[in-house]
Amino acid sequence: MFGLNSKDSTLLILVAVLALFAPFILNPFPEGSALAQFNAGYPDLMQRFVIFGIFAIGFNILFGLTGYLSFGHAAFLGVGSYAAIWMMKLLTLNVIPAIIMAIIFAGIFALVVGFISLRRSGIYFSILTLAFAQMSYALAYSVLTPITGGETGLQLKATDTPLLSNLGPTEIGRANLFGLDMRTSYELELGTWLFTFNTGYYIAAVCMLIGFYVSIRIFRSPFGMMLRAVKSNQQRLNYTGLNSKPYTLAAFVISGMYAGLAGGLMVAMDTQVGPERMFWTASGEVVLMTILGGVGTLIGPVLGAGMIKYMENIISKINDNILHQWFAFMPDGIEDFLVTIIHPFIGKGWHLTLGIIFMLVVIFLPGGLVEGGQRIGRMFGSGKKADADTGAADTKPAE
Amino acid sequence: MSKSNFTRRGLLKTSVAAGGALAMPTIFSPSWADGHAGFTNAPQGSTVTLGFNVPQSGPYADEGADELRAYELAVEHLNGGGDGGMINTFSSKTLDGTGILGKKVEYVTGDTQTKSDAARASARSMIEKDGAVMITGGSSSGVAVAVQALCQEAGIIFMAGLTHSNDTTGKDRKANGFRHFFNSYMSGAALAPVLANAYGKDRKAYHLTADYNWGYTTEEAVTQATEAVGWETVNTVKTPLTQTDFSSYIAPVLQTDADVLVLNHYGGNMVNSLTNAVQFGLRDKQVNGKNFEIVVPLYSRLMARGAGANVKGIFGSTNWHWSLTDEGSKAFVQSFGTKYGFPPSQAAHTCYVQTMLYADAVNRAGSFNPCAVVEALEGFEFDGLGNGPTLYRAEDHQCFKDVLVVKGKENPTSEFDLLEIVEITPRAQVEYAPDHPQMGGAAATLGSCNPGA
Repeated sequence: MFGLNSKDSTLLILVAVLALFAPFILNPFPEGSALAQFNAGYPDLMQRFVIFGIFAIGFNILFGLTGYLSFGHAAFLGVGSYAAIWMMKLLTLNVIPAIIMAIIFAGIFALVVGFISLRRSGIYFSILTLAFAQMSYALAYSVLTPITGGETGLQLKATDTPLLSNLGPTEIGRANLFGLDMRTSYELELGTWLFTFNTGYYIAAVCMLIGFYVSIRIFRSPFGMMLRAVKSNQQRLNYTGLNSKPYTLAAFVISGMYAGLAGGLMVAMDTQVGPERMFWTASGEVVLMTILGGVGTLIGPVLGAGMIKYMENIISKINDNILHQWFAFMPDGIEDFLVTIIHPFIGKGWHLTLGIIFMLVVIFLPGGLVEGGQRIGRMFGSGKKADADTGAADTKPAE
Repeated sequence: MSKSNFTRRGLLKTSVAAGGALAMPTIFSPSWADGHAGFTNAPQGSTVTLGFNVPQSGPYADEGADELRAYELAVEHLNGGGDGGMINTFSSKTLDGTGILGKKVEYVTGDTQTKSDAARASARSMIEKDGAVMITGGSSSGVAVAVQALCQEAGIIFMAGLTHSNDTTGKDRKANGFRHFFNSYMSGAALAPVLANAYGKDRKAYHLTADYNWGYTTEEAVTQATEAVGWETVNTVKTPLTQTDFSSYIAPVLQTDADVLVLNHYGGNMVNSLTNAVQFGLRDKQVNGKNFEIVVPLYSRLMARGAGANVKGIFGSTNWHWSLTDEGSKAFVQSFGTKYGFPPSQAAHTCYVQTMLYADAVNRAGSFNPCAVVEALEGFEFDGLGNGPTLYRAEDHQCFKDVLVVKGKENPTSEFDLLEIVEITPRAQVEYAPDHPQMGGAAATLGSCNPGA
């Protein structure tokens, strides 16, 4: 299908089905039940899952295939976001031009950064990209305030009058796709279950599927093979008379464009951008996502992104009050004891929980969540392999 | 390969089941409005949910923790627990310990991480998932402006927490957003006369300003206010927000004939720059035959604690201080202290007051509808909440009240007793026109209130 072999087609279909039915899959618990706290099927988080999925897929094209570890990828996300919001402020509230501009600007910026940074490899490359990202952050935060809005960032305002939209005098524009508001959703009530289908989410999901498909094609192409050669031994590659720089630069720019797409979509879903989006912790986050999910695998980065965003948005919202409700059936002493034990891991402690999971994954599942899936797959029957690990066979470094 | 069919078929089955479910007669309605009465997240049943969005991690985590304590206390008081706190001293008497409009108050919490993205994600989950009808909190202007805009779009009331930049109720003001905390302009207007009294009218000031939005508005406010009393501004220098060593910025001060250093810094920045300035011996210096002085426009207790003995005798302004002796402040300090064992910070105070003001406005309006609440709060005059008679101005949703000018205490008796009140600047002196140039001029408008849905 679409020039993919059967294995890859299965994977693509699996991802498509998961994306299509995410509102059901992510809302397994009925409204009002104690476990509803763990439901993740509300529009904002679903959008974040796919947007950061795109970001991580793009990062994986660079890091997973060439082995170049960029520590400044959030800069492209930020540049894409700023480009998109300016398109909406000046030209039109339709999201398509905004997203296209986001990809183009992020691509151009990645070309400049990549051209300079790729002169070095290994840790020096990482530091160079980190330096560029921090520089972009600092510029956006202060010096470029007239363009970026500084600390408070940019949002659509009543004073904005995009050329191609006719808004009322005090009307604040809303991102739309040919008149379809990004934030409209339909809610489906089945008994006590409530499922939300959001326009913005499905648009982002379509973008992710396209991104995922392109990424599979890159992984399976001669170009992808060349990138793997760079990862396994760049020096040897150079000695064969091949100039590897155009390949790495191309990979860098493609991965920057993915980040730009993610940035543009973030603005399309929620018309606001602030400089923290480019802070180094944001760059670090995408590295974590990729490693947590499985470096160099096709679906790993998406799983990693989902995992981290889930922890950030769900675990951080559990507070002592909620714990007391959960354990209310127990005797007072035990209830208080349990709450005290769990307290450091919830609410503001979500970083700690995430850190522990990350350590466990890196120590026991070096191949990330995908390796976990593989092991479970192997446990159930010898010949059977979980769909999720299709790309994993290619991850083994050649050294 | 053939065995992978199993998964595919399984998924097909699932999709058929789901399709069948879709075909069943169901209720379709736009999100954020499901079965509600004309506005976003109208409370159903016997409870109402408020969203407390505070920094629990990141540089302002301490303030966030104090804000959360205040919110928990406010909910307790609204639901009739504890000693009632400021409900008893509040000039409006609609709160009676039965929740809001007879509905029990419940709350959800979130972590803003002091990042606008994370703050908006957390606020959106409160709106979309938890059905919060009001969002409050925050400890930085960037976050406040971002979340305020989100609430305006979604049709939710936003009661700002600690945010001092002019922009929140200036150029970025929104109809659904309200700020009780004071702002940069008020700091400048309150400080200038006190400084002129204490240090004379012919001073030359040198400004170090944190290089971001809040720094700019504070620098602008303080230079304009001090120049109005006759001071001269020698130079203004921007310092990077991430700077921890300010020696290279303070050395050049010595080369000028400036005799006052104004530190437009907040949090860790201020702690470091003040410590550096004192180490350089600026305070023992004589310039133009006068003692060299240092001024910090915005003080907080946490900053004073960080800077230690260096704050002694240094002037600044603050929104509220626990040592105030009016009935409202005493009641609040009493119930906060009983519950947590130490006095509340100004961040805790403003958050507690904002919750009470919201609850009271809903009661007076008789509805949770954001537009009704906006109407009830606009132009609302109240007293008994610790700042004396206060007005929620209709034009920009900013509270106007007395501003405290404080200075570092010479002989602190405890780690909480670091500031002493020098003067309570009356409200009339810090008022300004809604279209003041520092507030975004005539272009800044609230827009119209949005009930959502």
